[in-house]
Amino acid sequence: MSELQLKDLYDGFRDPDTMKAFKKIIDEDAKKLEHPINIMEVCGGHTHTIMKYGIPQLLPDNINFVHGPGCPVCIMPKERIDHAYVLSMQEDVILVTLGDMIKVPGSNGSLQDARSKGADVRFIYSPLDCLKICADNPTKKIIFFAIGFETTTPMTAALIDTVIKQDIKNIYFHINHVTVPEVMRELIDSRDEHVDSYNHQIDAFLGPSHVSVISGSKIYEEFPRDYKKPVVVAGFEPVDVMQSISMIVKQFIENRCELEIEYKRLVSYDGNIKAQELIEKYFEKINLFKWRGLGNIKDSGLKLRDEYSAYDAEVIYKDILPIAEIEDHKLCICGDILRGMASPPECTIFGTACKPNTPIGSCMVSSEGACAAYYKYGNLL
Amino acid sequence: MKTITLAHGNGGQENNELISKVFYKAFKNDILEKSEDAAVIHNGELAFSTDSFTVSPLFFPGADIGKLAVCGTCNDLAMMGAKPKYLTCSVIIEEGFDVRSLEKIVRSMKKELEVNGAMVVSGDTKVVPKGSVDKIFINTTGIGEIQKKGISSNSVTDKDVIIVSRDIGAHGATIFAAREGIDMKSNLQSDCASLYPQVKALLDANIKITALRDATRGGVSAVLNEWAKQSDICVEVDEDKIPISDEVNGICELLGFEAMALANEGTFVLAIAEEDAEKALEILKQTNETASIIGKVTDQYVGRVVLNSAWGTKRFLELPTGELLPRIC
Repeated sequence: MSELQLKDLYDGFRDPDTMKAFKKIIDEDAKKLEHPINIMEVCGGHTHTIMKYGIPQLLPDNINFVHGPGCPVCIMPKERIDHAYVLSMQEDVILVTLGDMIKVPGSNGSLQDARSKGADVRFIYSPLDCLKICADNPTKKIIFFAIGFETTTPMTAALIDTVIKQDIKNIYFHINHVTVPEVMRELIDSRDEHVDSYNHQIDAFLGPSHVSVISGSKIYEEFPRDYKKPVVVAGFEPVDVMQSISMIVKQFIENRCELEIEYKRLVSYDGNIKAQELIEKYFEKINLFKWRGLGNIKDSGLKLRDEYSAYDAEVIYKDILPIAEIEDHKLCICGDILRGMASPPECTIFGTACKPNTPIGSCMVSSEGACAAYYKYGNLL
Repeated sequence: MKTITLAHGNGGQENNELISKVFYKAFKNDILEKSEDAAVIHNGELAFSTDSFTVSPLFFPGADIGKLAVCGTCNDLAMMGAKPKYLTCSVIIEEGFDVRSLEKIVRSMKKELEVNGAMVVSGDTKVVPKGSVDKIFINTTGIGEIQKKGISSNSVTDKDVIIVSRDIGAHGATIFAAREGIDMKSNLQSDCASLYPQVKALLDANIKITALRDATRGGVSAVLNEWAKQSDICVEVDEDKIPISDEVNGICELLGFEAMALANEGTFVLAIAEEDAEKALEILKQTNETASIIGKVTDQYVGRVVLNSAWGTKRFLELPTGELLPRIC
């Protein structure tokens, strides 16, 4: 047997003939739809796939995407970024975070700006890489600015677990992990207040891929059951997205409203129990977490449990962390975009004052943000 | 643009902004404003170019900073159809640098000069206190004799097709994988190589070359975007014709990069008159089997690059922006 290659994992899921076959099925089925349907892809990874592979160009007019809030960088409020900035400017601190996070502007600038002023800011790919930074810099304090949804939370938990087991003394955590079901619920619940001014109903959800690998599809059960919104957990490849859309359309024409998994090769109903236990061991829900553009959402964020507060940067550096609330930029409509109530071209500063290299709103920063994806790929649509 | 960030060195938008707003503004003249890989001087007989090199790590799979420093400048000359002749070499060395490493770097330079048939005829060394530079910076400047006049990024038309000389992105992916903080092992090698031998083969065969450009920082994406703007054309690329190795694709998949935006150091893009395209391809394939015709020139969206997918959708390929950062999840 030949060795498994990375491309074996995605080649079939980018197959042109399969894409065309799904287009045909969707075109046929969509004729039977009683009303147009708006599908929210919750996850920024899906927004990226949809724009990069031109999926909207393959769909009939009565199927539309509404882009969701699932980009960990986009939803980070300025208050939290200012925390990271202040921490990075402390003497003896190395601030470590993930990729795009270093580009998001706070009120004093981004972490990239802090770095150009002399702060030691580093990005890593895997949180466990912090261990090497700790070992190489014994006289420095390493602060891991942890971000992300259920996908990255277990990696932070694994890092804490190792830090405690190896008794590493020079690392602290600034936790900004958030959870998906709470924000989905908020988007539906808050919709009535806003829906008059916009015409962006959510009829169904594409469930996130990698979040669901960890949490299992069980976290979306309430949406078909209590809110009458079908959910299909979808993979990240273009064929995955096309197949998932086809599954959603079929639910509508067959009058079903269910939770289904398209991404069966990785997602189960229960998810990764071991990762869930690790998260449960180190984290607890915080009452309110402020999302950029969306405001405070109940139970949507995590913090370190009190018994681990010796590692909590928000406790250790309490005296220097700013606490004032900050308003979002007046012209920026990231909030409405994250709610799926506006699309990027509706924003007056999209592509003019706000571009990927001079972002005003966070949706323009990360490659998973709706504005950045539109800017990069979307101009032909 | 208030302070310089790493994004200003990316070969993409910010880099262009820095060059046009600061340097072109001050140095403005007709030769400079042609924005070619090398300046064409002395009645079109000579090509003249300079490049500074800083890379971490200094030694990486496939090459080192020395080879890079010679290839970089010689390739810029070759892209104007010039034979590299004379180089200067100027080094800034950090106090404490290991002499053996320095000798190794210089040996690589010597070897690569031989490939080009060029020589270093003048040089300079500076040693600076620890921390003032990252180990060693090298500048090379070169003069080449133009073998065929008129090769220019400003004259691509719809009679040309677009070719890449080999699979793309190997250098960028190799450096990223070798960098500290990214714990990744691969068999990838930088594509770092001198391009003059291939250019010579094309010239010897009388291929009608319109433009050549080595796809360094900003990758193939930057080259095509620059051509689209400089020549007022639309470049249409078929996504499935772009040669990308499995290793580079793998790194792009894992880290969320686009191979088209990754740097190359021995890969060039060619605009060749359509009737000569197959012949040119044959010659390029003698060096690397993966050379491929990737697109054509149209007037569909002037000044832009369009990427056509295998299933009939299309999107613009933008000039890369920002600092190359791995995706989060």
